[in-house]
This record gives sequence, structure tokens and C-alpha cells, in this order.
Amino acid sequence: MTTGLHLTGIAKDFPAPRGSRRVLDGVNLHVDPGEFVCVVGASGSGKSTLLDLVAGLKSPTEGTISWDGRTVAGPGPDRGLVCQTGELFPWRTVEQNVAFGLELLPISAADRRRRVAWYLEEVGLTPFARALPGKLSGGQRQRVAIARALACEPHVLLLDEPFGALDVQTKEDMQIFLRQVWQDTTTTIVMVTHDVEEAVFLAQRVLVLTSSPGRVAAEIEIDLTDERTFATRRTPPFLRLRAQIEDMVRTQHLQTTKT
Amino acid sequence: MNSQDQLESVTAPTRAAAWERATWPALPTRRARRGATWLSPHREITQPTRWLLRALSLLVPLAAWITLSTSGSVDPTFLPTPAATWQAALDMAKSGELFTDTAASVQRVLLGFGLAMVISIPLGFAMGTWQWALAALEPIIGLVRYMPASAFIPLLIIWLGLGEPSKLAVLVLGVVFFNILMVADVVRQAPRRTLEVAQTLGATPGVLIRKVILPYSLPGIIDAARVNAAAAWNFVVIAELFASTEGLGYRITRSGRFLQSDRIFAVLVVIGIIGIALDVGLRLLRDLVGRWKS
Repeated sequence: MTTGLHLTGIAKDFPAPRGSRRVLDGVNLHVDPGEFVCVVGASGSGKSTLLDLVAGLKSPTEGTISWDGRTVAGPGPDRGLVCQTGELFPWRTVEQNVAFGLELLPISAADRRRRVAWYLEEVGLTPFARALPGKLSGGQRQRVAIARALACEPHVLLLDEPFGALDVQTKEDMQIFLRQVWQDTTTTIVMVTHDVEEAVFLAQRVLVLTSSPGRVAAEIEIDLTDERTFATRRTPPFLRLRAQIEDMVRTQHLQTTKT
Repeated sequence: MNSQDQLESVTAPTRAAAWERATWPALPTRRARRGATWLSPHREITQPTRWLLRALSLLVPLAAWITLSTSGSVDPTFLPTPAATWQAALDMAKSGELFTDTAASVQRVLLGFGLAMVISIPLGFAMGTWQWALAALEPIIGLVRYMPASAFIPLLIIWLGLGEPSKLAVLVLGVVFFNILMVADVVRQAPRRTLEVAQTLGATPGVLIRKVILPYSLPGIIDAARVNAAAAWNFVVIAELFASTEGLGYRITRSGRFLQSDRIFAVLVVIGIIGIALDVGLRLLRDLVGRWKS
């Protein structure tokens, strides 16, 4: 038995005016525990659908998804999801948001408080513990969403364009922050993005999806050092990888828009 | 064509011939508009203006009433003076009937409206939460909603007699269907994606209802109740127009029989004041519960 996340022969059809439309087809993916994988693809490549399948919010038309050999059926706190809009609970304070998943587990209030405090500290939001999400900036809200998912100590953290709505400077801060969190918590991360630079900067491995239907077009190892800073983005190896992957994504984009 | 060639062939999309644009006549120029006017939507007004307009909203009708009724051109049976109205209110207060009538009406509203809420909030919540509940209940409720509650009065008297139950039934019938549909609408707005994310945090259907859908929709439910409280207050007066021995509606019918329009006016003012108090109370509750929305 192999450990980690396994997607085998995944296909997903959505109902369409005539019959159905296939958005994912024959996707195979293996993610080792503790790995950081990014999935990139042009719009329409079904990359968000892929995450929803792993999260258990949708079920695949064909194929199986498993963690450590156990098939995934339905959503659960072992696969935390953070999406572009964060989807915080606006009536709960920051700390109550982070506590949501823990409230559903049989642990003591003291244990829960200790864990919430740790994750708030980790994401740098301790001073905002009592604030309502409406008072936070976009970047802070995404930090809360990440802390909320991580507090349940998931096997894998699923990130669906988590920084897509942020301005460029905040986005860069959040990328450094996410690398730090990944290293601190040793959580497995699968992240979907359309931003190739972001994918190369963050991941150990990048998957390129084709469009309509989404298939895995390529898998690229990102053999950069683990110590990644702003300067990393300007090094030749980084730029080479980025150009290589951007070309692949653009090719996919052209093929779908021209035909 | 291999992918490298394909990438290099990327050019700007075909564009309209530039010379063609040059042949067009110039667009008619329009003088720059002055800043915002009174008709500009959502234009800010100053705080003194706001309060002035609010005061005028009450004072202008009051002044019109005073002028018309004291001018002598209108028969006091049609339009009593404010002084006569005030005197009538004092008389009714002294005899105690104003208080027993108000108490009777308020009690009916509290009971009837309360009963309507107890029925409508769970049903509306169910319809907003479960598609099967919506499909099963929406057609019948949508239909009955258009049948006026006041038209049921003769039927209710046949079924329930002339006593208290038929009056409460009018109130409940008048409010319950609207409130069910309004609550269902509010509850249905609970964002799908938030519900999905809650499930990835371990929420079961029960948890989703208690910890996500309910807190999300509570302010909206109170808002719906507020709108329907006004309706309930109207229906209590209608219900009391028939076969009552006390209540503000009864007092109006009775005063009408003796052409005491000053008393009718006094009761109408009391009805208005209690209605406003009810509205303000529910609005404060809503703002308290819905603090997170601001």
C-alpha cells in the first residue's frame, strides 16, 4: 500500500444542454505526504473541479480518490479546503472561525483554546482574535481561512486560487507566508492556480492540465532550493521553469480558443 | 504546426481598419454636467436637512389637520380638531376603557402573531433548507397566500364561533403564509460555498443548520417578522370589528355608531403609536442580532 493522496483514472461529467460535458478525463495524480503540489491550467481546465472532487464535495464520474489507500467519500476535516473567497462565517469572530472545526470534535474547551491560539499566532492574527471578518483585509481573511482549515490538522490542505482576489504585493506576502506555514506544519498541500509564477515559487512539483476536458499534460519538478525568497523569482532557474510552464499553459489556451 | 510555432504565431487579434474610424463625423459634444443635483440617486444630504425633512414629514400633515379642522369649513363630525381628539383620549383614559381596549388588542396580537411565528418560522426554514420541503409546500402556500384573511372571517365564525379563537385565527391566517415564504427566501440565500466549506470542516447536516444556516439567516428572519408584525397589527383591528366586547377595533366600530369621530381619531393615533413602538423594538433586536452585517 502506498501512502498519500491517489487519484486514479478520474473523469468528471457535468450535465450540459445535450447529454453531458466532460471537464476532467483520465486524471492520475499521486501526492506524497508532506508534498506541496500546484496544479495550473488555462480557464476551463477543470482544475477547481479537481479540488472539489478531492474535497469530496463532488463525486467523480469515473475513477477513485484515496488517502493512504482509503477511498474518499464525501467531505471531511481530513481534507481542508480554502477557496478564493475564503468563505469565512461573518457572524463569528476570527477566533470563533478558527475554532469551528474543533467545536465539532470531542476535545476539551481548554484544548480547543490552546489550538486556536497557536494557529492564530502562526498566521499572525492574534491581535485580531476578537475581530469580525468584515473588519479584516482580503489577505487577513485568507489567513483566517487557512488557519481554520489547518486547525483540524488535515492530511491535505486544498487551496483553490486562494490568493486570486488579492493585489500583487499582498499576494507575494501571502506566498512567503504559505511556504512558512507549510514548513512549520508539514501539511500536504495541493493548490490550484492560474498564476504560473505563483505555482513555481510555491510548489515542489507543478502539474499542467489541458483544457476541455482537463487531462494532465505535463508534470514538472521544481528543483529550486527550499529557501525561497523574493530574490528567488529573479534567478535563472526560476525564470526558465516559469517560461517553460507558461508556454505549456499558453499552448493549451490556444488549442481551446482556436478550435 | 508544433507548439513552439504555435506560440510564436500569437499576434494581436485582427482589428478594424484604422482609417475607417477617421472618416466618421465627430460625436456631438455635450457640456459637462454640473455636480450632483437633487435628482442624483443616493446623493448625500446634510444631517440638519435630514432632521428638518423628518420633522416636516410629521408636522405638515399635523398643520394641515389643525388648519382644516379649526377653520370651521369642515363639520367636526367629519374631522374633529386635535384638541377634541386629545379630550376624547383623556375621557377614554379616565374611564379606563382606553387601557382595557389597548390591553385586549395587544394581548391578541402577541398571541396571534406569536402563534403565526411559531408555525411559519420552522416551515419557512424547512422550505429554504430542503428542496423537497420547498417542492411539497410552495404551491399550496403560494395559492392560499392570495386569499384575503378578512374574507375568511364569516367562515371562521361558523367554524370557531364568535369568541377569541376565531379572532386569533384571522390574525394567524393573515400573517402566516407571507411569513413562511419570506423566511424561506431568506434561508435559501445562505451561500452554497460557505456551506460546502463548513462540510470540509466536519459539519454534518445538523451542524450546518444550527451553526451556519441559522446564524446566517436570523437577522433576515427578524426582518420578515417585523414586516409581518405590521400586518398582524392591522388584522387585529379588522378581527375586532366583528362581535367583540373590547379592543381598539371594537372601540372604533362602537364610536362610529355614535358618530364620535373624535374618539375614532384618538384610537387611530394610539394604534399608530403602538405600531411604531413594535417596529422600533424589532428593528433594535435585528440590529443587535445582525451586528456582523454592518
